[in-house]
Amino acid sequence: MAQGFLQIAVFCAILIAVVPLLGAYMARVFSDERVLLTPVLAPVERGLYRVFGIDPERGQDWKAYARSLLIVSTLFVALLYVILRTQGLHPFNPEGFKSGTWDVSFNTATSFLTNTNWQFYGGETTLSYFSQMAGLAVQNFISAAVAIAVLVALIRGIAARHGDGTLGNFYKDLTRIVLYILVPLSVVATVVLVSQGVVQTLGGTVGGIARGPVASQEAIKLLGTNGGGFFNVNSAYPFENPTAFSNLFEMLIILAIPAALPFTYGRMVGSRRQGWTIFGAMFALFIVSVVVVYLAERHGTPAAHAAGLVGGNLEGKEQRFGIASSSLFTAITTVVSCGAVNTAFESLTGLGGLVPMTNLGYSESVFGGVGSGLYMMLLFVLLAVFIGGLMVGRTPEYLGKKIEPKDVKLVSVGALFTALIALVFTALAVGTKYGRPSIFAGGPQGFSESFYAYLSQANNNGSAWAGYTGYVQPNAPGNVGAHGVTFADVMGGFAMLFGRYVPILAVLAVAGSLARKKVAPVGLGTMRTDTPTFAFLLVGVVVLIGALTFLPAFLLGPVVQSLTTHLF
Amino acid sequence: MRKDLIRGSIAVVVFTVLLGLVYPLVMTGISQVVLPGKADGSLIRQNGTVIGSTLLGQAWQRPVLDAAGKPRKDAKGNPVTAPDPRYFQPRPSATGYSASVTFFANRGPDQATTAALTRQHLDAYLALEKPYDPGLTPALVPIDAATFSASGVDPDISKANAAIQALRIAAVRHLPLARVRALIAANTDGRAIGVFGEPGVNVTTLNHALDQGAR
Repeated sequence: MAQGFLQIAVFCAILIAVVPLLGAYMARVFSDERVLLTPVLAPVERGLYRVFGIDPERGQDWKAYARSLLIVSTLFVALLYVILRTQGLHPFNPEGFKSGTWDVSFNTATSFLTNTNWQFYGGETTLSYFSQMAGLAVQNFISAAVAIAVLVALIRGIAARHGDGTLGNFYKDLTRIVLYILVPLSVVATVVLVSQGVVQTLGGTVGGIARGPVASQEAIKLLGTNGGGFFNVNSAYPFENPTAFSNLFEMLIILAIPAALPFTYGRMVGSRRQGWTIFGAMFALFIVSVVVVYLAERHGTPAAHAAGLVGGNLEGKEQRFGIASSSLFTAITTVVSCGAVNTAFESLTGLGGLVPMTNLGYSESVFGGVGSGLYMMLLFVLLAVFIGGLMVGRTPEYLGKKIEPKDVKLVSVGALFTALIALVFTALAVGTKYGRPSIFAGGPQGFSESFYAYLSQANNNGSAWAGYTGYVQPNAPGNVGAHGVTFADVMGGFAMLFGRYVPILAVLAVAGSLARKKVAPVGLGTMRTDTPTFAFLLVGVVVLIGALTFLPAFLLGPVVQSLTTHLF
Repeated sequence: MRKDLIRGSIAVVVFTVLLGLVYPLVMTGISQVVLPGKADGSLIRQNGTVIGSTLLGQAWQRPVLDAAGKPRKDAKGNPVTAPDPRYFQPRPSATGYSASVTFFANRGPDQATTAALTRQHLDAYLALEKPYDPGLTPALVPIDAATFSASGVDPDISKANAAIQALRIAAVRHLPLARVRALIAANTDGRAIGVFGEPGVNVTTLNHALDQGAR
């Protein structure tokens, strides 16, 4: 047990040593400052602006920013859908896979557009290298960059001192995030992963062993908190995650950008303490989830005990990772809205399974997805400021800007909408006959599967209790006889779209509103937002909202399971 | 709006080419030049044909013969196989150790089917090892030996599991136990930077090492 806690402690130490540096680098990129890569990349950047036909210095107000974002997103999702539906015609298809069915393709296209990467597709059994590279991996970059762009727009709105209401230029932000942050990190990560044994080849299956350009996709899958596996079993598969070291590296690059962004934020609003306060609140909730899942998994399951097996829960885990590194990965990939897994979530203990669920129940605000995690947390910060203001009886203000009723309404929509989608869609799935064909397990586990499916998709996480299926494939490659479970595919697709774009629009509207506000001087009565007390209040707001929303659902699933040794 | 549509379309095409083709193809080129063996999948070849990968677990089975000495077949006509006692056995796999069709076993913690399958794994392990390790009881069976791995092709088993199987291997192959233990040690991966993950004995490379020693 000491060994397990040592792993957790050393990991946290490495993380805290690295992320402030990355945070500072990103702040320089977002503020147009010169960085190490500028001499190499600046000509490329200028060339791209010329090709796109944009003036990078021309700012957009929130509506123009949102419009550009929606147009680019719509075009990308249409392209991805077409690629998946016409797969049979494309090059780089050594196994000769056929085109996807409409429902699964719709689910997969929306899933990669929204940074969810829910897997109703079977990677190595249904997708060509072309679909993986030009379809999925492109969205791994773009969906990550779009979310970071929205965050940067919000930060600019908060930080604006004499606002004309502009939030920056969407195309410029997208380009700089891809060029200066995502591509360089991915190139380095690809080489590290290949050095551990992750495959990177265009040669097809050989000797019954499926391969592909995996490492280049794995790198951005994790860095961009996407999480969609090249292989069906994701980062549990040795060709995606071959060694204990690659596992450590993958955990670090999942957390790298989401954990660095609070520091970026602190620098951009001119107060590093603000960044540390938000990081501290996130880190506290993260540590609790790691410790709980690890302690839970150290006990076996009722099923294993009934069979006479003595010891912890290694069902659905890999020996090279063991219980501690599997638990750590599980907590990381669910606080972060990544959803890559090195463990079968369906096989977690009852209490262990409650942890990923709870992490999603925080609306992916604890680190969360790249960009999306921090903009979600900033919504909670504004809510905490509002609640704190009510307690002391003053008009709430944040960093000198008054938070007015209109802002609080937008914040509430952004912070609560995903939860609404998750609950309503789960109710439809378990309350009607249409959800039934997707359910694999009996008893409360079957409910957990359904609930987790819509919770994960609405929050754009993408991890799954993989018994829940939206895709039926005879166990043979080549899409032969494969078909989708239409209800699950379509409902999931809409859960992802709503769960992504409603908060994005709310965030941009808040950013636009804040950008125009005048800054009031700090007075004696101003509530400080850079103290441990505020971090405590923030944690309280996040936990209370999550608990009030989801407690009944948690009770029906994992809580029942951890209270009984009954087998179903 | 129309300007935005044109810009957007150009951006979609340019990013798709740069990130979807240039990036992965350049990375493939670099990987193939710098680390060709690893980029290809750490393949194991015998006389030029690929027979596995050092990173992937595989089945070590032999056909079951009927009374007439012919391979027995099941109802579907597939040959019936059983663990080959001459080899170390990997962890149970829900996918038949497939390296081209992967899926999770999805055995829930409170499912009766999970209990039944775990019981089967336990019984099979005891049936294979107990003749060579008479003191073995279900409570002594390492957890990795009776649970499905996540990937279906976990190449590793725990040290405790390998130590139990070593008794059988030494007896069946008429090798000194010390020699088998030395081979196990040579095919054991430690923790990353001494801290992360669990030590694992790579069954795939270990069995190939056994065969090479026999030749």
